[in-house]
Amino acid sequence: MSRATITPDLDDGVRTTGSTGPRKRARLPGDGMAGYLFLSPWLIGILLLTLGPMVTSLYLSFTDYDLFNSPTWIGLENYEKMFSDPRWLRSVQVTAIYVALAVPVKLAAALAVAMLLNSKRRGQGFYRAAFYGPSLIGGSVSVAIVWKMMFSDDSVVDKLLLGVGIDTGGWAGNPDYSVMMLVLLAVWQLGAPMVIFLAGLKQVPRELYEAAEVDGAGRWRQFRSITLPMISSVVFFNLLLETINSFQVFTSAYVVGGPNGQPAGSTLFYTIYLFDRGFGDYRMGYASAMAWMLLLGVGLVTVFLFRTARGWVFYSGDSGDKR
Amino acid sequence: MRRRVATSDKAGGTARVRSVVWHVGVLLLLAVVLYPIVWVLAATFKPSEDIVGSLRLLPSEVTTANYDRVFEGVVGVGIGRFFLNSAVLAVLSVVGTVASSALAAYAFGRLRFRGRTVMFGIMISTLLLPFHVLIIPQYIVFQNLDLVDTYVPLLAGKFLASEAFFIFLIVQFIRNLPRELDESAKIDGANHWRVFWDIILPLCRPALITTAIFTFIWSWNDFFGPLIYLSTPDKYPLPLALQLFIDETSGSDFGALMAMSMLALVPVILFFLFFQRFLVEGVSTQGLKG
Repeated sequence: MSRATITPDLDDGVRTTGSTGPRKRARLPGDGMAGYLFLSPWLIGILLLTLGPMVTSLYLSFTDYDLFNSPTWIGLENYEKMFSDPRWLRSVQVTAIYVALAVPVKLAAALAVAMLLNSKRRGQGFYRAAFYGPSLIGGSVSVAIVWKMMFSDDSVVDKLLLGVGIDTGGWAGNPDYSVMMLVLLAVWQLGAPMVIFLAGLKQVPRELYEAAEVDGAGRWRQFRSITLPMISSVVFFNLLLETINSFQVFTSAYVVGGPNGQPAGSTLFYTIYLFDRGFGDYRMGYASAMAWMLLLGVGLVTVFLFRTARGWVFYSGDSGDKR
Repeated sequence: MRRRVATSDKAGGTARVRSVVWHVGVLLLLAVVLYPIVWVLAATFKPSEDIVGSLRLLPSEVTTANYDRVFEGVVGVGIGRFFLNSAVLAVLSVVGTVASSALAAYAFGRLRFRGRTVMFGIMISTLLLPFHVLIIPQYIVFQNLDLVDTYVPLLAGKFLASEAFFIFLIVQFIRNLPRELDESAKIDGANHWRVFWDIILPLCRPALITTAIFTFIWSWNDFFGPLIYLSTPDKYPLPLALQLFIDETSGSDFGALMAMSMLALVPVILFFLFFQRFLVEGVSTQGLKG
C-alpha cells in the first residue's frame, strides 16, 4: 500500500504544474505498480487459467493422452483422425444445422417482437421484461427437462400436432425432430437479443419515418430502407453474439440427449462429443484437438461475419455517441 | 402522421382501438411464450399419469404428491442440501466476481501502467474464446492439485476475474465517471486504494449490482462445471442433482422431476422479479447474454 501512495503524487505533480499532454505521455506511465497490484487477480487468472491452459491444450492436441499415463507425441494424428471419425462428422453436422437454424430464426423473431414493442404505449416496460424472462432460465437443466417433457410422445405438443394431423411420435424421441425442439428452445429465449434490438430501435430518429411517409414509402419500404440500415450495427452485434453462443450449446442438449446424443445421435452436438471424448473416454489429446478445431471454426465464422459486415453494417456518426 | 390526426375526436377513437388491438396482440404473443411455464406449474400438481397424455391444463385433482416425493431427497441426500450447495456456490461466486472484476476494472479504467493496452486487448479477446479450449488443461491442473470434487475449481476463476464481460461492463462505467472526483481526492492526499474504495466503488454500484445478479443466476444455472468436477452427491448443486434424479428414476417419475425443476428455478425467478430493471438494462446497454 505504501508504494501506491507515492506514485499518485508524482502523477499529480506532472498534471497540475505542466498539464502538457504529450510530454506526460512520453514519461514512464505514472501509476506504475498500483496498476499491477489492482490487476493482480486478473493477471494470475489470465496466466494460470487462460493463457497457460491454452498453450497446454494446443500441446495436448498433438499427443495421445489418457490422464493417467504421460502424453505421447503423435503429431497431427488427432486432427487427421477427426475427418474419418463418423461421430465427429455427425457432431459437426448437428451443430451446423442447429446454428444455421437457431440463429436466424431467433434473431428474426426477436426483431419482430422488438418492433412490435417499440411503441410509445403504456406497459412497454412490463412487456419487455416479460419477454426477457425466458432468457434467464432457458439454459438451465430445469427448462431442458420441461422442454423434453412437453415434446415427448403423447405429451402436449404431440397432442396438438396430432390434432392437425401431424404424427411425429413426439419430437424428443424422433431423430428427425429432436434438433428442431432445441432450435425452438433457443427461439424461446428471444428476449435477450430482443432487448438489444429495442435499444437500437429507440435510437432511430422519428423524423426519418415522417419524411419517408411524406415521400409515400410503405411499411415494408420503410423497414428495408430506414429501420434495417439504422440498426445494422445492433443486428451485427446480436448476430455475432448469438452465433458464438450457439456453437457452444451444451446443457439443454445434454439433458435432452445425454452424452451420446440420443435419439440415434441426432443431438450429438460438438460440445457433447467433446465432453464425451474427454471425460467419458479420457481421450484428452483428441478432445483437445477437437477444442482447437472448434476455436478455429468459431474464429473463421467470426472473421467471415466481420468481412461481410463491411457491406451491410453502417455506423452513422450521429447515433454512435448517443448512449 | 399520428400526431396530425390525433386532434379530431374520431381519430382519437381509432387510436384507442389501435391501442387495444396492440395490447391484445402483445398479450396473446406473451401467452404463447409463457405457456411452458404455466403448463409445467400446473403439471406439478397433477398425478404423474395425468401429465403426459392429457391436454387439459388444469389438474383433474390437485395433488402435492410430486412435491412430497421431491422432499424425500435424491439418493439419500435431502433437497435442502442441494439448495444449500447451490447457494454457497452462487454467493461465493458473486463475492469473488464482483471483487476481482472491480479491482481489474479500476486498473483498466483509471490507472496508467506499462502494457495496459495490450492486456486490455487480451481481456477483450477472451470474450470470444470458447471455454472448451481451457477445460481439459484446467481439469488436469486441478486433478494434480487434488482439488477435483471440491468447489475450488468452480470458484477459482470467479476470484481471478476470468469473466471478462463484467470487467468490461465496470470499465465502461468507470470511464463515464468524472475524473475530477478522483483527481481532487488525490490532491487531498488519498492513495489509489482510498480513491477506489471511497469514490469509485460507491459510484459504480449499478454496474456492480448488475454483475452480482448475473453472476448469481449464471452460477445457479451452471451445469457443465459441476458435471466435470463434482462426483459426491452431497456436494451437488441443484442442476446436477436434477440430472442425478433423472438417472435414479430413469426419468419415469415425471411429476416429481418437474416439481424439482420448478423448485430449482424459484430463486432465479425471484431475482428476476426483484431486479428485472437491472437485468434488462444490463442486457440493453452491454449485450450480456441471458
